[in-house]
Amino acid sequence: MSRSKLKGGLLGRINDTNILLFITVVIFLLMYIGAIVFQGSGFRKPQMFFNILNSNAALIITACGMSIVMITGGIDISVGGVVALVSMCCAVYLDKANGNIFVSILIAIGIGLAFGIVQGLLVAYCDIQPFIVTLAGMFFARGMTTIVNTKPFNVVNEDFVKLKTTRINVPGMGSYNKKGLYIPAYVEIGVIVALIIVVILFVVLRYTKLGRSFYAVGGNRQSALMLGVNVRRTRFLSHVICGLMAGIGGYVYFLHVGSGAASHATGMEMNAIASSIIGGTMLSGGVGNIFGTLIGVLSLSTIQNIVSSAGLDQAWWTGITIAAMLCIFLLIQSIVIRQRKRALKR
Amino acid sequence: MLGAVRLGSVRTDRTALFQKREVRAVENKVLLEMRGIDKIFPGVRALQNVDFKLRSGEIHALMGENGAGKSTLIKVLTGVYAKDGGTIDLDGQKDVKIHSPQDAQKLGISTVYQEITLCPNLTVAENMYIGRGKGVGTNWRKMYSDADKILRKLDIPARASQQLANCSIAVQQMVAIARAVDMDCKVLILDEPTSSLDEQEVEKLFVLMRDLKALGVGIIFVTHFLDQVYEVCDRITVLRDGQLVGEYEIKDLPRVKLVAKMLGKEMDDLSDIKGEQGLYNGDDKDSKVFEAEKLSSNAGIKPFDFYIKKGEVNGFTGLLGSGRSECVRAIFGADRVITGKVKMNGRPVRIRSPLDAMKKGIAYLPEDRKNDGIIGDLSVRDNIILALQVMKGFFKPFTKTQANAFAEEYIKKLNIKTASADTPVKSLSGGNQQKVILARWLLMHPEYLILDEPTRGIDVGTKVDIQKLVLELASGGMSVTFISSETDEMLRTCSRLVVMRDRKVVGELSGEDLTQNKIMSTIAGGE
Amino acid sequence: MTSNQLFIPLMALILLAVVNLIVDPGFFKVTLGTNNAGNPVLSGYLVTILDYGSELAILALGMTLVTAASGGQDISVGATIAIAGSAMLRVLCGSNSRPEALAAPIIVAFLVACLVGMLCGAFNGALVSIFKIQPMIATLILFTAGRSIAAWINNNELPIVPDPKFGYFGGFIPGIPIPTTVFIVLICIIIMALVLKFTNLGLYTQSVGINEKSSRLNGINPTLIKFLAFVILGLCVAVAALIKVSRISTINYSVIAKDIEMDAILAVALGGNSLSGGKFNIWASVIGAYVIQFLTTTLYKFNVQSDALAAYKAVVVILLVFFSAPKVREYISGSTKKIRGRFSRSRKNLLVKDAGKEESK
Repeated sequence: MSRSKLKGGLLGRINDTNILLFITVVIFLLMYIGAIVFQGSGFRKPQMFFNILNSNAALIITACGMSIVMITGGIDISVGGVVALVSMCCAVYLDKANGNIFVSILIAIGIGLAFGIVQGLLVAYCDIQPFIVTLAGMFFARGMTTIVNTKPFNVVNEDFVKLKTTRINVPGMGSYNKKGLYIPAYVEIGVIVALIIVVILFVVLRYTKLGRSFYAVGGNRQSALMLGVNVRRTRFLSHVICGLMAGIGGYVYFLHVGSGAASHATGMEMNAIASSIIGGTMLSGGVGNIFGTLIGVLSLSTIQNIVSSAGLDQAWWTGITIAAMLCIFLLIQSIVIRQRKRALKR
Repeated sequence: MLGAVRLGSVRTDRTALFQKREVRAVENKVLLEMRGIDKIFPGVRALQNVDFKLRSGEIHALMGENGAGKSTLIKVLTGVYAKDGGTIDLDGQKDVKIHSPQDAQKLGISTVYQEITLCPNLTVAENMYIGRGKGVGTNWRKMYSDADKILRKLDIPARASQQLANCSIAVQQMVAIARAVDMDCKVLILDEPTSSLDEQEVEKLFVLMRDLKALGVGIIFVTHFLDQVYEVCDRITVLRDGQLVGEYEIKDLPRVKLVAKMLGKEMDDLSDIKGEQGLYNGDDKDSKVFEAEKLSSNAGIKPFDFYIKKGEVNGFTGLLGSGRSECVRAIFGADRVITGKVKMNGRPVRIRSPLDAMKKGIAYLPEDRKNDGIIGDLSVRDNIILALQVMKGFFKPFTKTQANAFAEEYIKKLNIKTASADTPVKSLSGGNQQKVILARWLLMHPEYLILDEPTRGIDVGTKVDIQKLVLELASGGMSVTFISSETDEMLRTCSRLVVMRDRKVVGELSGEDLTQNKIMSTIAGGE
Repeated sequence: MTSNQLFIPLMALILLAVVNLIVDPGFFKVTLGTNNAGNPVLSGYLVTILDYGSELAILALGMTLVTAASGGQDISVGATIAIAGSAMLRVLCGSNSRPEALAAPIIVAFLVACLVGMLCGAFNGALVSIFKIQPMIATLILFTAGRSIAAWINNNELPIVPDPKFGYFGGFIPGIPIPTTVFIVLICIIIMALVLKFTNLGLYTQSVGINEKSSRLNGINPTLIKFLAFVILGLCVAVAALIKVSRISTINYSVIAKDIEMDAILAVALGGNSLSGGKFNIWASVIGAYVIQFLTTTLYKFNVQSDALAAYKAVVVILLVFFSAPKVREYISGSTKKIRGRFSRSRKNLLVKDAGKEESK
């Protein structure tokens, strides 16, 4: 009895999610501060931070969708392929079919939803393993991208180009360039979309029954079933949301790169998974949070920027450093969780 | 802790809690009637024309040996299985359809299982409210305060905002019950709820059950503990081999008759099987087969000394959580040994892993059959030969003929009920699974056999068989350690008991001291 | 090991064969011709499938063990093939990327590749078995960094092996019309069969995959078994690297063995093995590997571009997995039972009517 009372006190406040998030934030801050101190001028400008957001808005969105699937205990490795497919389809629609912006957005959302729904049905209602289903989904998406249009090309549609180059200025964070001109700091539209999505998904995960059922199903699927949670529907919806995020993320990616190509977003699914893990989501399910994922994406990108500003060959070294970071985080997660388990036994 | 005065005040609080329900008149009207229930699995008739009646305001025990159909009946009632025949009437509604656990929940049937069916990563409060209630949103503040209210009133030592994984198993179970209670259930099914609770916690549970009974809830109590049945139940339904034997009122059915009905035959008096068997009488009968000095492991037991002689049967007794299993696991090398010297037959040895222990002739039947014992998807045959195979070595696999011979030998010897030696062991009933694991270790012909709760969750008939087997093995020269939560089982088989309290050895009893009273007082501590 | 797992991959093989035969009756034709060097070679679709499916079959051997023991998959095999291949080239060519002669005998290069492959396997194995990290995530590390490491080994250059003998492994040995890879696969299969028969690797792997705790209490060392599975896969990777590099006598770091990890995992799944570990049938995986290669070859025959290949594979795989899902099978057998039931009932009615007519006569 006395053991339980102790646990109710201090340790009660701590749970798996909090600890991992704490570690993530600390490491990110250390990295960024380290970058400012050691790499100097480039990093000190706020625009550096905003550029990280600009180039990773799509990753933020898809990683958040990925986190939700992972929290529910599943996985979706098709997101990179879906992003590429969305880019290509929208590009073709806008230029070859002279389409308008609104419809192209609908196309993006439609494709994302379609993937999410089909994969969700197969995983949740036919009980097929998510890895296989989404692996096939990835293959399908990548293949379709080439079938839709073989050669990569840039979109010249006027409305689109206007949207792409829209800059939203962030007041007061600008800097003076060499000529003494004040250049305001800016973010692209995609970043606003990403931040809105982060807030929405945070609210969903924390304040809706659906959100809590994601955690329940991920924590112990059998128990969740016995407790009356509609496990099938929960898993289905987690895939639908992930697909939807892949669609939206795909459009944001498209806005950023302004073209369609079969080589877009290669490896994005792995980046999304890595960001989620660095952000404190556990692959086994039941643990994770949106802000952590956001920090995870920022961490990943900070590394890439450190690497490139240090003048190292980007292609090689980025891969190696991200891998090393993932390795470290996984080890930390594994050790922390083991220590907690040991402490609780006594 | 549960003094009379405090008990009274807790009771008043509880009644206030339940005031929101209409107090149902305890008329003992029939609340649930299951008629002619059939359930067939491939090759097995699990239930055949079974009737079950539950009245409101009664605690009704559902009993039967393993394979009798108890858990199948419960699963039919809770929507986990679909029945193949029969009808279920509930609270006036005729022939209700229960297709899923959600349906059962909606109809007011709540279940608390032996294995915790809650989500360890969620908080206590969330576990109480998940899967319930209307609306899209989650109001944390309200949820926490509602949950805290109930936890206080039921005197459960947990906070609403605590992560469930941070609570002990007993507390987790109470949270499960609190959830059921809060859901205004009409029928509460408790499936082996006391297996992981100590005596104080069991008493609390009974207080709660009696309160619910007073409010008209019908409780189905599935258990193997005869004492508990007689302490708290009003009626008993006995199943055997998938069929109904009968429904009886407690006052009409003395224990011996109950056991007889469960077995289908008259039971002889068990108290003196020790006398029947006779002790090991070889020349080396006083030599110490195994000796440990200041042994401790990373599981947190205080260093203890221990020895066992050839042909001796000894036991470890104490309250749940006192460290009995941890002691034998340290002996077997299953937990990481931190300190201690160990000798086998007088010679010092190093036991750092289960394989070391096995090579020295020590065998260990673990407490948790499902997670530590069986390898579910492997066949009965593979499970039986596994330990001996590992001892033989990586590069010397048994041939098919050898393996089959071993398997058949023990299937016959221990009377294991299985379709064939190829059947995956997970499809056998609990008792037969236990026999398979026992066969595995017997096949090894160990010098020292450790049995940790070998009769848990097993029907009475097999229990007696195992006790007799233990004495037989001992008289043949095998040293056996027998651990059981039922002290009379140990009294019947052991010639020496090591008593534990709070992870420390506090005493050793033998000879005349082997009585229930002496055990209790040694556990409690001299005052 | 279960034998009815062979059913699905064999069915798939037969289905593909039938489809191909219908479209092209000459599908199974195998011709004996001569290649550029004047040596006799067999050619034909069957030969292509057997030839190009060999790397996958070899990987499937190791991947099945890894999946069975650890309940997860190794997605780094493509990258580790690049590393092993790169190491091989480094040994063969030294620091000169266009050498005149071999810097070391081929056998030494192969042994180095084996060592490197096993080291990568050991790295993954350690993360999974000692640090208890999920296999898919642990192998994500080498997946991300592997090709960069491979390029680094040769200073980002593309060495070309001068000795034509090196090309035999991925091509043909002069005088033998059957592709060498067929022999290599046979050797690997025989070795694996011997290992499985004369050791307890199969039993221990399944045991650990099904229930690690119980296995430990029976004296098995789960950490060692899982580690071993990854190391064995590392060995398979080395052999696959030999074949791949030998085909072109050089390497392309970002292209070599691209997406092969997905194919290998699919092969294991097509073989009916549970991707969450436990019981396995290694031969079913091997057949699964050839099914995938068969599919690939069939698609090429229909002039599908290599980039678009993936889409068709995906559809076929989904169909296969869909129809083998237990839920779906239950549903289908349930509905066919109903139809059969109605059928026999109406027949019974007819018979009764006839009998009635007979009686009344």
